[in-house]
Amino acid sequence: MLKIDGLEKRFGEKVLFRSLSLTVDGPAVLWAPSGWGKTTLLRILMGLEAPTAGAVQGAGRVSAVFQEDRLCPQLTALQNVLLVLPGAGERYAPAVTADFARLGMDAAALALPVAKLSGGQKRRTALLRALWAEGDTLLLDEPFTGMDPQTLAAAAALLQERCAGRPTLLATHDRAAIAALGWPVIELEKQ
Amino acid sequence: MTGTGSKQLFRRAGAVVFWLAVWQCAAMAIGQEVFLVSPVQALRTLLELLPQAAFWRRVGFSSGRILLGFGLGAAAGTLLAAAAELSPLADTLLAPVMQLVKATPVASFIILALVWVRGSSLSVLISFLMVLPVLCGAVRTGIRGADVQLREMARVFRLPLGRRLRAIWLPAVLPAFRQGCSVALGICWKSGIAAEVIGLPNGSIGDALYRAKITLSTGELFAWTFVIILLSTGFEKLFLALLDRAAKAVTGEVPSC
Repeated sequence: MLKIDGLEKRFGEKVLFRSLSLTVDGPAVLWAPSGWGKTTLLRILMGLEAPTAGAVQGAGRVSAVFQEDRLCPQLTALQNVLLVLPGAGERYAPAVTADFARLGMDAAALALPVAKLSGGQKRRTALLRALWAEGDTLLLDEPFTGMDPQTLAAAAALLQERCAGRPTLLATHDRAAIAALGWPVIELEKQ
Repeated sequence: MTGTGSKQLFRRAGAVVFWLAVWQCAAMAIGQEVFLVSPVQALRTLLELLPQAAFWRRVGFSSGRILLGFGLGAAAGTLLAAAAELSPLADTLLAPVMQLVKATPVASFIILALVWVRGSSLSVLISFLMVLPVLCGAVRTGIRGADVQLREMARVFRLPLGRRLRAIWLPAVLPAFRQGCSVALGICWKSGIAAEVIGLPNGSIGDALYRAKITLSTGELFAWTFVIILLSTGFEKLFLALLDRAAKAVTGEVPSC
């Protein structure tokens, strides 16, 4: 269970958020107005940034979709996913390839280095990498960016299957994505 | 080869032929081989040297030592670059040494090194010293250019060191290292041969160059110079091709570590 207790983040005099307390024991959507600091909150949960005050407990090992794709450009989409898997990742290749197919990425797309893929294909790769990586907590920052409605529906279905019972925070502004997921929404108000 | 490629090749070959013709005309105009040997005579001398066992022994002697110096310089430069990027203390300690090595004239090093090492090892030490700052600087540039976002990704996903090296660090460092090697290989041949000319180790190319000078054998001087250019260019092309192949094998597939 992910527990956020009295979290505060300031940049100089500017307060991004304060007294934030949340408990997440399953999948949830994080909704907040633009500029609220969702990405900063997720970076704190990932351990990439320190909060000004407060504490995070129970995040454990995190897997994530970052605000940017953050894929190794010289590797293929499949290789990027296998990179984060334990041991010789090759044994997972058939199952990961099947997931890529569900998201509309065929063998031709998987043969290319990710530098040559479209924005939507890169996002799907980043999403599958997060879903396949070992992690106690899943943090997803706008994972549907660049996806058409059909791919978004397929990605939402995959998330529903894989995130049940696992602390997951998905930050998005996309109302269609929120509706497709059907997860509880944590609305954060402007400070 | 494409049309543009073959056109460019013809243009380059034409430029070479033009300058050879200028050289031939100049040699004919001067008319004294001691001052300027003609390209035909230089080629003739080279062809006379080629079947001699001593020629190949000299090539092996100098190449082995200069390339050993290059290899040691590349290894030490890479390790010191990593140390300097990891530790501010190492960076502080290394900075004046690298500055000193870069700024000191190669002739000073050669004369000083003659006191420390035997003449036969001189070219190893001089090549090493000339390569070290070039590759240390190149590797540091590569390390600094590694994608910060990918480094954060590796931290979040807890990638093992081997995978971080192959997927993130090597792709960032290798282009800079390759460029550094291209420059350093030229420098180590020039400085290594200069060291041999001063240190005069028996059986080296530098020794042959010196003998050509004192016997006023300008043809041999040109022939050996041509051999040095060929060796330097040939080793550079070969090394860079091998490096490219190794880089592709190491970074272009999923690591199984």
